[in-house]
Amino acid sequence: MSVTATINGLEVTVPEGTSILEAARQVQVRIPTLCKHQDLFPSSACGLCIVKTGTGKKMPRACATALEEGMDITTHDAELTEVRRATLELILSNHPNACQTCGRNGDCELQDRAGEFGIRQDYLPRRVTDLPCDDSTGSLILDFSKCIKCGRCVQVCQEVQNVWALSFLDRGINTRMAPAGDITLAESPCIRCGQCSAHCPTGAIVENDETATVWEALRDPGKICTVQIAPSVRVALGEAFGLPPGTNLTGKIYSALRRLGFKAIFDTTFAADLTIIEEASEFVARFVEGKGELPLITSCCPAWVDYLEKNFSDLIPLFSTAKSPQQMLGALAKTYYPEKTGLPADQIYQVSIMPCTAKKYELERTEEMQSSGRPDVDVVLTTREFARMIKQSGVDFLNLPDEKADSLLGEYSGAGLIFGNTGGVMEAALRTAFNKVTGENLPPEGINITPVRGLEGIKTATIPVADTKVRVAVAHGLANVENLLLQVREARDQNKPPPWHFIEVMACPGGCIGGGGQPYGVCNEVRQKRMQGLLDTDEKMALRFSHENPEILQVYDEFLGEPLTGKAHELLHTSYQPRPIYQK
Amino acid sequence: MEAATLPPLEEMDETTRDEIETSVAKWKDAEGNLIMILHEIQNRHGYVPRASSLLLAREMNIPLARIYEVLTFYHYFRLVPQGDHNITVCNGTACYLKGSGRLLSELEKQLGIKDGETTEDRMFHLETVRCIGCCGMAPALVVDKKTIGKNSPMDIPPILEKIRQQEKTHEDQ
Ligand code: SF4
Ligand code: SF4
Ligand code: SF4
Ligand code: FES
Repeated sequence: MSVTATINGLEVTVPEGTSILEAARQVQVRIPTLCKHQDLFPSSACGLCIVKTGTGKKMPRACATALEEGMDITTHDAELTEVRRATLELILSNHPNACQTCGRNGDCELQDRAGEFGIRQDYLPRRVTDLPCDDSTGSLILDFSKCIKCGRCVQVCQEVQNVWALSFLDRGINTRMAPAGDITLAESPCIRCGQCSAHCPTGAIVENDETATVWEALRDPGKICTVQIAPSVRVALGEAFGLPPGTNLTGKIYSALRRLGFKAIFDTTFAADLTIIEEASEFVARFVEGKGELPLITSCCPAWVDYLEKNFSDLIPLFSTAKSPQQMLGALAKTYYPEKTGLPADQIYQVSIMPCTAKKYELERTEEMQSSGRPDVDVVLTTREFARMIKQSGVDFLNLPDEKADSLLGEYSGAGLIFGNTGGVMEAALRTAFNKVTGENLPPEGINITPVRGLEGIKTATIPVADTKVRVAVAHGLANVENLLLQVREARDQNKPPPWHFIEVMACPGGCIGGGGQPYGVCNEVRQKRMQGLLDTDEKMALRFSHENPEILQVYDEFLGEPLTGKAHELLHTSYQPRPIYQK
Repeated sequence: MEAATLPPLEEMDETTRDEIETSVAKWKDAEGNLIMILHEIQNRHGYVPRASSLLLAREMNIPLARIYEVLTFYHYFRLVPQGDHNITVCNGTACYLKGSGRLLSELEKQLGIKDGETTEDRMFHLETVRCIGCCGMAPALVVDKKTIGKNSPMDIPPILEKIRQQEKTHEDQ
């Protein structure tokens, strides 16, 4: 069923149930919003999106009202503008006048609205809560005074991530966003995924900005600064410079990093290939040789690791012990790299540029994150912080020439690149596992493993490998994972064959391309484009198998030895432990 | 959502555990059972201890956040034990107009706590309520269930002093 109505005199036909807000978009009408996010249900909290429907005097909220047959919608007139402005002034009266020192300065939905409405003075006295900021996690900073109570973070944390670290406490004008049960965020079940910060319209939840630490390291003559950059950063960074999502900026990023002063540019994608070698070896050991339990569950997402350690610790033996690419690269940057170059190992400083706030936590997750004898990675910047650094540096980013990474720890395959997408780790691992089992590569028409691609919350597939069939499942957005895990647990407790052999989980919707540290404004359309950016590059690459990456072969040959053993085991593997869900 | 993996629960005393288990069993299938159980807990302890909430979250398989949403939504529930002596400032319209605000500030100053808090030695608990229906006595205070009318900030120190003295003689005996 579809409905036809007019919006500002323009006829529009949409499927029944479409909100007035959505319908207006289709005829290029922009209704101002503040609380509604495309990923989420309307909370009707802000009241900015009011419209007139042609009948009666009511002004319904466009985000939460379905378009009805024959409606005659007005979205903009003097009265609506006046009411909206008054509403906005009320919101601002509970907000600090603090844009210059705010983490969202220049990229804030509230600031934008205030700008668009031409607010030039305080009409109402400001009354702002003076609750102290929560910086307990080291990944995120909650500034309660900047919260406009839109409910996005709570909905994301509870419904999309099923973590329940954030909630609304009290009621009425005292309503406030707070970590579960009024404790600090670090004491709550929070897994530091940062989805709350990526969805927050204001500076109430921002990443812990560590750009100053990196600048300091770059200026320190006693440090040799090296850097790695994650697959998903390259297809999202451009958004912070006005480019469309999915634009692959690898060459310019390398060049910018050199100009910032980094002595060696590594690519996390190289380490993604390495993770695949270790993880695929592990899978083959478990699947073919029966060494270890199935299903094998991926462990490269630290938010996901934290979630399982907190909520399903009985399933820890199923985790792949392979470290994440970030940590593998860090370990090699501080061992193999100085060995090859003769540089003093104790002066090497490793910065990691990630789409993710949980990666900041991963640095200290276990002792194995210091397998080189020092922190393998010294500091993590999110994509948003990296964009800020480039802007601070005076580099004309978009006009930079394309450059290459360093030839050590820099070469990568298309398989490593798609690690950034949900399903990408599975696809890359299967490409290599197929080779390990059969001794041959997948035929050209079989390289794209399409059933595990796309934004469907749970994807399952059966992949023929030699004369067996591998059952795989992929989940992203943690609310999608519980059901899979319960099925796994049930089969395991009853000694039945596992429902799947291999499971990939990434905490953030869309995978790392949708990470909590990526540029603002994420929604499925953006996720789709970022994913396509990685897939298109993979498709064009000559090198599409991790096990054919020449630098990978070289590092095993010269340094690591065999997968899963000796040095590889020491530097590239980790362990897990149950953790309390509430620390207080 | 899977509920809590340990720490405080292990240390929890058996009675608390038994209480929660009994309550949960009793109200298991009733609608609005969470509120009923929280009522029971508060009736027993005078407040809802955090340990009880944690255990309840585990028993009912719901997140702690849910429980605290309920606990903080209804002003009826308390999250901290009350003091031995309860001082309530009426904040109804009549009392407000006659200066209950000044009474509250004086109490806050004298006790070093804010509205809704308890002194560290647990001797005093301070709170405000909407209206106690004694508008003729405005501004009114309720001190340990006894209503005292027509107060001024100057009356506060003697009231507190009297209670402190009582406590002292108590201790001495
Ligand atoms: S949250 Fe936005 S409006 Fe508020 S201080 Fe920060 S930049 Fe300004
Ligand atoms: S970081 Fe993730 S888990 Fe933590 S509060 Fe934000 S959304 Fe919830
Ligand atoms: S913290 Fe941000 S997302 Fe959460 S309710 Fe406040 S303004 Fe909304
Ligand atoms: S956007 Fe519709 S009420 Fe906020």
